[in-house]
Amino acid sequence: MSEISYIQRPNRPLHVYAFGYIAFLYIPVLFLPLFSFNDSIYFAFPIEEFTTEWYRQMFEHQAMHAALANSLKVGAVASVLATVLGVFGAKAVTRYRIPGKKSLIFVIMLPLVVPGILLGVALLLMLSRLGITLSLYTVTMGHVLICTPFAMATLIPRFEGFDRAMEEASADLGANAWSTFWRVTLPMVLPGVVASLLLCFTISFDEFIIAFMLTGTDPTLPIFMYSQLRFPARLPPTVALGSIIIFVSFVVLCFSLWLRRYGVEESASDGVRP
Amino acid sequence: MRANDAYISIQAVSKHFGPVRAVDDISIDIRSGEFFSLLGASGCGKTTLLRMIAGFESPTHGEIVIEGVPMSQVPPYRRPTNMVFQNYAIFPHLTVSKNLAYGLRYEKIDKAEMNTRVGEALEMVKLGGFGARRSHELSGGQRQRVALARALIKRPKVLLLDEPLGALDKKLRADMQLELRALQESVGITFIFVTHDQEEAMTLSDRIAVMSHGQVLQIASPKELYNRPVNVEVADFIGQMNFIDASVSRMSGERAELDTAGLGRISAPTGEASFFQEGDAIVVAIRPEKLTLSGDRNGGREGVQGVMRAATYLGDRSHYYVDLPGREEPLVVAGSDSGPMDHDPLERGSPVLVSWADDALVLLPRDEALASASREESSSNGT
Repeated sequence: MSEISYIQRPNRPLHVYAFGYIAFLYIPVLFLPLFSFNDSIYFAFPIEEFTTEWYRQMFEHQAMHAALANSLKVGAVASVLATVLGVFGAKAVTRYRIPGKKSLIFVIMLPLVVPGILLGVALLLMLSRLGITLSLYTVTMGHVLICTPFAMATLIPRFEGFDRAMEEASADLGANAWSTFWRVTLPMVLPGVVASLLLCFTISFDEFIIAFMLTGTDPTLPIFMYSQLRFPARLPPTVALGSIIIFVSFVVLCFSLWLRRYGVEESASDGVRP
Repeated sequence: MRANDAYISIQAVSKHFGPVRAVDDISIDIRSGEFFSLLGASGCGKTTLLRMIAGFESPTHGEIVIEGVPMSQVPPYRRPTNMVFQNYAIFPHLTVSKNLAYGLRYEKIDKAEMNTRVGEALEMVKLGGFGARRSHELSGGQRQRVALARALIKRPKVLLLDEPLGALDKKLRADMQLELRALQESVGITFIFVTHDQEEAMTLSDRIAVMSHGQVLQIASPKELYNRPVNVEVADFIGQMNFIDASVSRMSGERAELDTAGLGRISAPTGEASFFQEGDAIVVAIRPEKLTLSGDRNGGREGVQGVMRAATYLGDRSHYYVDLPGREEPLVVAGSDSGPMDHDPLERGSPVLVSWADDALVLLPRDEALASASREESSSNGT
């Protein structure tokens, strides 16, 4: 009898496929850091000499700094707003008997599947009809719209994952609804809240289409980067920044996935289940 | 019981969930300091009733009055009740001490007194030194104690317990039953205890309300429930019971002559049972341990001749299954470990004489639907 069960037996073609898949996904992305250290303004092989010149230029590039600051502001505000909406939304759909709950969740999740370009055009039309000047505020609003479904999707499992009796126990011990929310509900969904903040921030930070439609005179970073594509000489510092962002996003994403998992495991061991 | 004796008065309370009547017009009066159990199979409405007393559900009709105060407008966090939840619901993000102190914040007491009371509560449930632990570092029995302490620290007038021992193993459950009863006697507050375990209810309670399909079948002390059930369903739910179909052939004073399927023509005391007349079909119920087996007919005792079908050994006692003429199901007779007649081993197929004392017979109204349903259930449970 083989020591390895049927399901665990190595499967060579599947391994090749898996490696091919990962390579296809990530090799183009890895070119960015590679060329960011290349002493040439053109993205072409062969690689010339190693340089940190682009990183030095990046640190001196005022317009790029402004764009980065814009993106950070929009990302921070949009992720907080989307997460707050997500917390209330997730609590509502998991705790109360709401007529038409399924269709409600569907409507909230809709921005996930509506093409960004359509959403962007629609928002642009609406805002210009209303006579609202395009600015970072409008970009933030658009980002809240697309981030909220992600916040909900992250938070609903957290709310479903803990025993309703916890909130009842709190009420039973003398806490009103407000007190119960702050002392029991929020601490128990906290890992989900942090995961949602990180996820929403990441989404907002690299979002292009809606920002492109709704931005005024202050570009966010993706839009700034896009504008630099036209000038070969300006591109390398942008690539250097891009490399840093890839690294930071990777770390943040891993952290948020870990948090989500950590949260689920912790609540699974909370107590005896019926 | 007079109305003014009632400490908690459940007055014609119903709870409907859509078309389902989870609780259907229940009225119960509970005395101060009483250990009162709501007993019934799952889905009988006992938990819903408890949750209405706690305030987590509001009655569709009726009113719950505690110490003369109607509760319908009082939210859970202002009721003089505290609850021990089925799965304990211990806050996992707080330590044991903080769990206990959770509810004290809403009472106007200072930090020092809070600490004293937490310490006392930990001692009371024998968890001194466990204050810094968290829920996942405790065993099932310890969690149960934390939940109990967290509720009792609020000094409620009524403690509600929702199957608190259900998640514990058998040995631990027996220990906790004793502790719970001792605790209730020492703190002297009213306990309302929900369980589906009839033995547990019998062990703990002053009085028990047996519930089924949202209604109360009987409210009585454990002894009375066991010896004087009011109908087949209660008799079947509490302990083991033989049911024998009978018809009333003649009534004379305090006694009735019955034609039974299996026991032949017998005479039984009617007691207070006055629900039947001559000619009515009724059910005679007899506990297995109130029947006696003997090997021959020459002992000078009255009885019915039967044939031994099977015996099961249960450790502290044995159950003998005896076939009677005119009856499909065997009659169950309980005997002590050594057997009722160790001088004459009861072999399969050997003739036996079944006899009983006069007061062993309980006469119950026949409710065909109820009787057959409850028998099906008991046979599928293997009890």
